[in-house]
Amino acid sequence: MSAVPQRPGAEAVAEKGWLRAHKWLILRRISQIGILLLFLVGPWFKLWIVKGNLNYSYTLDFLPLADPYLLLQMLVAGQSPERLALIGVVIVLLFYLLVGGRTYCSWVCPVNLVTDLANWLRMRLGLKGGAHLSRSTRYWILGMTLVAAAVSGTIVWEMVNPVSMLHRGLFFGLGMAWAVILVVFLFDLFVMRHGWCGHLCPVGAFYSLIGKLSVTRVRLPQREACNDCMDCFAVCPEQQVIRPALKGIGGTPPVIMEENCTNCGRCIDVCSKDVFKFGSRFGISGN
Amino acid sequence: MDNESKTKGQAGNASRRQFFADTARMACGVGLLGLGLGLYARHATALPPAAIRPPGALPETEFSAACIRCGMCVRDCPYDILHLAKPEEPMSTGTPYFVARQAPCEMCEDIPCIKVCPTGALDHSLTDINKSRMGLAVLIDQETCLNFLGLRCDICYRVCPVIDKAITLEPMSNARTGKHALFIPVVHSSDCTGCGKCEKACPTEIAAIKVLPMYMAKGQLSAHYRLGWVEKEKAGGSLVAPDAEHQYNLPEGMRYEHGGKGLTADPAAPESAAPVLPKAFQGGRL
Repeated sequence: MSAVPQRPGAEAVAEKGWLRAHKWLILRRISQIGILLLFLVGPWFKLWIVKGNLNYSYTLDFLPLADPYLLLQMLVAGQSPERLALIGVVIVLLFYLLVGGRTYCSWVCPVNLVTDLANWLRMRLGLKGGAHLSRSTRYWILGMTLVAAAVSGTIVWEMVNPVSMLHRGLFFGLGMAWAVILVVFLFDLFVMRHGWCGHLCPVGAFYSLIGKLSVTRVRLPQREACNDCMDCFAVCPEQQVIRPALKGIGGTPPVIMEENCTNCGRCIDVCSKDVFKFGSRFGISGN
Repeated sequence: MDNESKTKGQAGNASRRQFFADTARMACGVGLLGLGLGLYARHATALPPAAIRPPGALPETEFSAACIRCGMCVRDCPYDILHLAKPEEPMSTGTPYFVARQAPCEMCEDIPCIKVCPTGALDHSLTDINKSRMGLAVLIDQETCLNFLGLRCDICYRVCPVIDKAITLEPMSNARTGKHALFIPVVHSSDCTGCGKCEKACPTEIAAIKVLPMYMAKGQLSAHYRLGWVEKEKAGGSLVAPDAEHQYNLPEGMRYEHGGKGLTADPAAPESAAPVLPKAFQGGRL
């Protein structure tokens, strides 16, 4: 043990090599940036692989995808979708039921790139502390957006939603959306660690509801190998999800069943003991 | 034993109190946020007059609920006239609009923007573009309209895709010169689609004819108003009193045709075809 505190994951890099200690992070960035590029080659090169944005998109004139949270807001505001949007919402729901609800947050959502950067900078600058807010705040905001949609008869949240504002803005013109994104960035950097994605965002809160039932999970087949280095806690954007499964609190099986795990896989990367790996929710007793 | 249960009870009490305090704090905070958002929404859903929705758009309040801001209409517009509202623009963020003076709707017969809309925000039952009502053209400034000034500009009339129905030219006498005609462009709401081609084409520095959202452009009669001539036609005759033919008290051999030839000698008169003085004037006696 060296006296100088190491950056989380240093042990894993030493043990497994840099590439293996960053495997899921790299794949995740490829996914996030790749999805943005798929949307961008349309307006940039008039190569229309996919049209639309995360709210609703149409790929290769064949595959409709629609955001279930947005359609829910539309329904409570008293309007109904057409056939393609209905098909799209079913596909999206099934997809995230398979890969994990908040997988949307860490593999698809463009705001994650911004908040991850804020968090990285926060770590490098050694910024500590900040405001405290319950992680359940996002569910209150989720409820509020639905009530507001029902009362006002319009999709109120879409007027300020940084997620769709950024994604739409990148392909249709950003306008002042950059200022909104800057506020999210600065909030995460200076005011609250994992503030936006981990405490406030109702989009993530909605996808976490899908995550209650989703199949793909982080499993801990070798949790007894844990040497309490705390690296996984340091990198996890939803730290509260790890402890029960890692420590077997109250007989919790070695699989992270918490709905707010974003399946980012960073814990798998930084663990030098290979405690974590991706798997399914089924066959808990088998491990 | 007693003491223990007491402290337990106190602890339960305290945690319950904490729970209620936390819940109240959260409800108030998020409620306040919701209120602010709702009030902002009230402002932001009022469509500015220069922004025209694509064809088939629902009325504004319903539109802002049905539109999911995906931009598919923008993508499938072959003339790239549509934009999505940016956050700083004074309307629902991410909703589509066009500005007629920059680029009007080209009125595609297959209406691709409606076809691609994944919700009912653009009404899929609209299949005839001539039946769309994106807004209503209004000749808003008679002081600068070249036709009103006596020229034969006629551009708005010429470019109108529903020519001679949505805009007609109505001749009027030019009171200023006393001998020329004015050809006044008149917009008819029964046929104007609000495409904005007239506004785009108007050659004045600032367009004298503009497309406005329907709610600004169109008046409405009170519900109890009846148009006499319409009711008369429906009933097949006068509803008030039977029409009596007007009797003119005219000298013999003369007749008067209202709205026609005016005062003439009656050709059926038995005497000569030339106008004959009435008896009273003959012979210089009364």
